Amino acid sequence: MIRSHVLVCGGTGCTSSGSEAVITALESHIDKAGLANEIKVVKTGCFGLCALGPIMIVYPEGTFYSMVKVDDIPEIVEEHLLKGRIVTRLVYEETVQEDKITSLDETGFYKKQLRIALRNCGVIDPEDINEYIAYDGYQALGKALTEMTPESVIEEIKNSGLRGRGGAGFPTGVKWSFAASQPAGQKYVCCNADEGDPGAFMDRSVLEGDPHALIEAMAIAGYAIGSNQGFVYVRAEYPIAVHRLQIAVDQAREMGLLGKDIMGSGFDFDLELRLGAGAFVCGEETALLTSIEGNRGEPRPRPPFPAVKGLFGKPTILNNVETYANIPRIILLGADWFNKIGTERSKGTKVFALGGKINNTGLVEVPMGTTLREIIDEIGGGIPNGKKFKAAQTGGPSGGCIPASKMDVEIDYDNLIAIGSMMGSGGLIVMDEDSCMVDIAKFFLEFTVDESCGKCTPCRIGTKRLHEMLEKVTSGKGTMADLDKMEKLCYYIKENALCGLGQTAPNPVLSTLRYFRDEYEAHVRDKKCPSHVCKDLMNVVILEDKCTGCTACARVCPTNCISGAVKKTHVIDQDKCIKCGACIEKCRFSAIVKQ
Amino acid sequence: MKSLAELQAIRDKARANMGIREDKTDGVRVVVGMATCGIAAGARPVLSTFVEEVAREKLQDVVVGQTGCIGICQYEPVVEVFEPDRPKTTYVKMTAEKAIKVVHQHLMNGQIVEEYTIGTSGK
Repeated sequence: MIRSHVLVCGGTGCTSSGSEAVITALESHIDKAGLANEIKVVKTGCFGLCALGPIMIVYPEGTFYSMVKVDDIPEIVEEHLLKGRIVTRLVYEETVQEDKITSLDETGFYKKQLRIALRNCGVIDPEDINEYIAYDGYQALGKALTEMTPESVIEEIKNSGLRGRGGAGFPTGVKWSFAASQPAGQKYVCCNADEGDPGAFMDRSVLEGDPHALIEAMAIAGYAIGSNQGFVYVRAEYPIAVHRLQIAVDQAREMGLLGKDIMGSGFDFDLELRLGAGAFVCGEETALLTSIEGNRGEPRPRPPFPAVKGLFGKPTILNNVETYANIPRIILLGADWFNKIGTERSKGTKVFALGGKINNTGLVEVPMGTTLREIIDEIGGGIPNGKKFKAAQTGGPSGGCIPASKMDVEIDYDNLIAIGSMMGSGGLIVMDEDSCMVDIAKFFLEFTVDESCGKCTPCRIGTKRLHEMLEKVTSGKGTMADLDKMEKLCYYIKENALCGLGQTAPNPVLSTLRYFRDEYEAHVRDKKCPSHVCKDLMNVVILEDKCTGCTACARVCPTNCISGAVKKTHVIDQDKCIKCGACIEKCRFSAIVKQ
Repeated sequence: MKSLAELQAIRDKARANMGIREDKTDGVRVVVGMATCGIAAGARPVLSTFVEEVAREKLQDVVVGQTGCIGICQYEPVVEVFEPDRPKTTYVKMTAEKAIKVVHQHLMNGQIVEEYTIGTSGK
């Protein structure tokens, strides 16, 4: 008889911090202690608190252990699982207050979150369909097939106000109705799981933690638009996600939740996986569909939109993973439940991937309308080492930077566009005072230059030229005229590029020019990088009054450019210095600084 | 999958196995002392009997857990029952048979099994 469940995160984040070995050790120690019949070990998807992985929760107590190592396992098994004594030193410190252990939902990280798309991540075993069904899985499909017409399903999604979570924010119900209104015949339901924005990993988390939610939603979409075949386009760089999704598809088929005559309704639906080879442009819808067809992933002009002429020339809907993950909940609990969450024009929740200079790196799901300040200071736990917030980058290479002055703006699709950024897929990279905004813009441009497919000139050549101008600025050779020329080129690319990749590529440059023009000007006019990041515009120097002459820096310098006698002030030869910063790290007296 | 009813049957069955993972803060908590002394005195069968019996009777609001030694080793196995609006009940020198009686009389009908409590034991 099972009396306890031990949930261990098997998402990519925790897997890279060693959760596989933890699970293996746990199972063998449980076995050794003779508890195999009493304790069940469950490998789940992502809990969201990736910074603290590997993560483990022990039920029925609900004890939340963080950063569990293989060496901790004997103690957890012996003390907690056998004797019921919680191993307090491993408990996530936020859940321990005045010696009392509180619920995880009360912690700063989870308190303000509302998990709809991530509802099952970290809660169920993604490789066991029964656990998904236990939490009302496939009930929404059942409800749609037995109680609703395809029209009423679309109406429900329209009324919910759900908008595409992949970036552009197009109303999902409207998209479905376009495809539904096409003449009957072969139609396709596709899922964009080609999550390519640097720093975004919410789709991976759903695929790894709750793959059946996607399958159920796609079947519902198939019923709504009159399609019996789905394709999930998932990137091959997500091996765990691909593996679990395939298991889920197989289990759903075996149970008859995919296949012929689902639940006796006469509706047939099946699903196949297609692996993407890692081109960023394949996240663009027309390029993605072209790639599924087996051709080189390149975009094509729209119209015709995929809803009219999509995959293999047939009417097709394409939605993002997170969008689909919301669908079963909306069908089951109703549009009116969903549209009460969020803001006037953006309903529901959004998942953000917190990264960069922030304490709680991980995944958070919050109602639309939450402010950046709440996400960063309260949920994210603020910025490490007492540094000051400078900007947050949203929307990856298509988005922009939000400065500190806009931290209290309620985040939704329209507000983000109004302040020069965009929702994008929800990557949120936090930058502190040590980040150079010109360098950030250059980083994203480098990415788009690499990923531009080359089909249209504005993107292929425009982004290249833009990157060269940024190079010029960061190396101190830029002129004020270059800044204006850059801005002009940005607008030119935006207006003329063929697809979303090119049209949004200049956003990082435009938004930093808008909010941090002073930094660009400092690079150009004063030949200085205010954050001391751009190597051509800064020097590493030894402060005379602080240097004790310990020689530690000279010994670590890879180019031997530091000279000085023992117990005498050292000097760096600026001509030979490569500004690697090794000496700064080594100095125990804070005597070496960037200037 | 032939019908919605079939799906619901699977859900109900699967749900029963997931009860352990639900947050039941306002329900009844049965805690079995499982330190070395408790285990030596036979706490393990007591614990498993509680788990099995509570599941068999489908008592949704009852959580069965373990704890360490509370310091009265001569009375082990010790079982404590915490209820929202009642003082804690401490049962001592428990056995599997006694556990079954506690489940039925106390957890299901609200009557404390006086003869097993620490106050009565040894008198």
